[in-house]
Amino acid sequence: MAKTKSKKNVAIKFDTDWKYDPAPESKDHIRLQESYDLFINGEFSKPSSGKYFETINPANEKKLAMVADANEKDVDRAVTSARTAYDKTWSKMPAKERGKYIYRIARIMQERARELAVIESMDGGKAIRESRDVDVPLAAAHFFYYAGWADKVKYAVPGASAKPLGVAGQIIPWNFPLLMAAWKIAPALAAGNTVVLKPAETTPLTALKLAEIIRDADLPPGVVNIITGAGATGAALVNHPGIDKIAFTGSTDVGKIIQKAIAGTNKKYTLELGGKAANIIFEDAAIDQAVEGIINGIFFNQGHVCCAGSRLFIQESVAKKVIRKLKDRMETLIVGDPLDKNTDIGAINSKMQLDKIKQYLKIGVNEGGEMFQTSCSVPSKGFWCKPTLFTNVSQSSRIVQEEIFGPVLAIQTFRTVEEVIEKANNIPYGLSGGVWTDKGSKIFKVTSALRAGVVWANTYNKFDPTSPFGGYKESGVGREGGLHGLMPYLEVEHN
Amino acid sequence: MDQAEKSKTETINGAHVNGQSGKSGRLDVLKTYKIYIDGKFPRTESGRYYILNDKSGNTLANICQSSRKDFREAVVAARKAQPGWTGKSAYNRSQILYRIAEMLEGRRAQFVDELTKQGSTTAQAENEVSLSVDRLVYYAGWCDKYQQVFSAVNPVESSHFNFSVAEPTGVVSALSPENYGLIGLVSVIAPAVAGGNTIIVLASSEKPLCAVTFGEVINSSDVPGGVVNLLTGYRSELISHFANHMDVNAIVYCDDVQEEISKVKELSAMNVKRAVVYKDDNWMKESSHNGYRIMDLQEIKTTWHPIGQ
Repeated sequence: MAKTKSKKNVAIKFDTDWKYDPAPESKDHIRLQESYDLFINGEFSKPSSGKYFETINPANEKKLAMVADANEKDVDRAVTSARTAYDKTWSKMPAKERGKYIYRIARIMQERARELAVIESMDGGKAIRESRDVDVPLAAAHFFYYAGWADKVKYAVPGASAKPLGVAGQIIPWNFPLLMAAWKIAPALAAGNTVVLKPAETTPLTALKLAEIIRDADLPPGVVNIITGAGATGAALVNHPGIDKIAFTGSTDVGKIIQKAIAGTNKKYTLELGGKAANIIFEDAAIDQAVEGIINGIFFNQGHVCCAGSRLFIQESVAKKVIRKLKDRMETLIVGDPLDKNTDIGAINSKMQLDKIKQYLKIGVNEGGEMFQTSCSVPSKGFWCKPTLFTNVSQSSRIVQEEIFGPVLAIQTFRTVEEVIEKANNIPYGLSGGVWTDKGSKIFKVTSALRAGVVWANTYNKFDPTSPFGGYKESGVGREGGLHGLMPYLEVEHN
Repeated sequence: MDQAEKSKTETINGAHVNGQSGKSGRLDVLKTYKIYIDGKFPRTESGRYYILNDKSGNTLANICQSSRKDFREAVVAARKAQPGWTGKSAYNRSQILYRIAEMLEGRRAQFVDELTKQGSTTAQAENEVSLSVDRLVYYAGWCDKYQQVFSAVNPVESSHFNFSVAEPTGVVSALSPENYGLIGLVSVIAPAVAGGNTIIVLASSEKPLCAVTFGEVINSSDVPGGVVNLLTGYRSELISHFANHMDVNAIVYCDDVQEEISKVKELSAMNVKRAVVYKDDNWMKESSHNGYRIMDLQEIKTTWHPIGQ
């Protein structure tokens, strides 16, 4: 370290000597059909509307496949099939057998992991390193974890007993398509429910591959139904009277609409909504490690992460240093082809999302924020956003208060622990947070004061099937993952 | 003690309602029924009241008809009190809940008296007070146990220490059961405050007497001001405000009126409020208290930290 230190220029130029040759992941082994139908009652069937929509690769805007657009009739068919499967098969099956089916799904996913990862990156734009190392293995692990709960439910409800709810309607977002499908389906099945799942319209392919896996696993027909479509399909699912529970992951706005829409019913719900996490770095933190954590916190998955550390709070005494290091580190980030194994930041998921991000960049600048973007070049085709940070923003700035869902970091400074806690909590969201300090007692002070469902101390954006995830306040209701993620799929009974 | 003796005398004499003097020839000192906000006993800021009658149509009391403003002031008090209440040790909260039970036990006669005035038989009233005391003791015992029963250390694959604990949802508004004067209040207040929440409760409008008196019990039990706030008034007037207030984190609704439930849930969507509905028709049943009712007003927080770096 000492020998590279030069008083004149402390900045490390990461990008001068490092050249990366293209290292694209091969696409030849994946199987994609030209068009996909709806997976209802154990088989693929045509949508009653006869309509299909395109799903494209956001990195080059090329069509990947046509996907069926489910309407109300199709939703009804899917819900009916789930109900029949619940009544006749799934709820009557010994729990350990249910568990074995779920284990099968996990295993087949592992066998087809590479194909799933490539398709995930093509359909959603995320870097292959991430879909390969995070999304797909975690999705399989989720099934593996919940499979084991199927015949142990009585241990989940001490002092009570529990039964499944019935049919769950599940709506998932486009940021972690396969992983979110796993988060939804695995606990629902383990608890004894049957499901109708709707993936996001921009990223339906891995859910449809999962449908193939579920079919190949010989799951009884109707236990899992996967239907594709946009908002109207989701609304039809939410409003279908045959649904006992809604599980939704997506924006807070839509979450509120759903909560309202089912107010007059007995439908249960879990909502995983937006976030605007505070990532807090104290002067006594291991700074280099923290910088890595901040980078991972905001740029992981192009910032399309509800728990992204999108608000950075730096203790004033180290602010300059941290910001300089951040900018240096940001310059090294490789933005480009999601299928390239060296890529750090892939494509923005859709044009719509890119437009939204761009709009926020404008708002940030107009509100007086100072914007920094890296000097990297981005491909001409496709949807891209350079890693961005804002300084000179205030607590009331819109880019501080509102979720952008892109690679945009808003930086504020603070002096005292009390001040940063106050600022961190002064927001309607409460999904996640991060704390960086080497002082143990400070960690516990801050992590316990943050009003958020997941708090990472000296780490960030870690996920695990055994670890409950979910928000406080307007970031949602209920938890997914772990023992606590099983509860929202159970009716607890007291005798 | 005074109260107990007075009540006994009154029962013997048979003269039992406010507004009449006892047969002893002495003029009774009547109680003004107030509400309970921030550890104080104001009348409603609105100055409004409704008349509570007994079965024979005699006036029992002029009950405060609380307003939206009373509610909002109670929310401010509850929000202010919440960090301090959560910050108390579980052991301490447990002792305070137990203290409420002790105070209630000591004032049995007064509560039996009020319940009978509002239509219960003496046996029913005795029963309800006994169960209320016992239920408080039950939840007092939970204060330092629910965390152990419902939290978790999670065996994550990576090298991290990962644990999930229960934390109070925050400020809770509650519409207590209409058909119970005392046990309904206790059944919603105890699990909420045992779990570190602060609460604003609307009492039964038909049976509000105990709410006011229960406020006095709470006030003499070392419960900090603002932790429990009790309002009287009309559910129909206040239900929307209880459900749509942006600084309330959860609402507990008791009873089974579909129209009211829909309204509560719908308005809760404004700030993704937790809407907890208890349709119990019989709050005297054992099943109306359990540890899960504490958990209904808890959030699970999961914390990660690396191991060995």
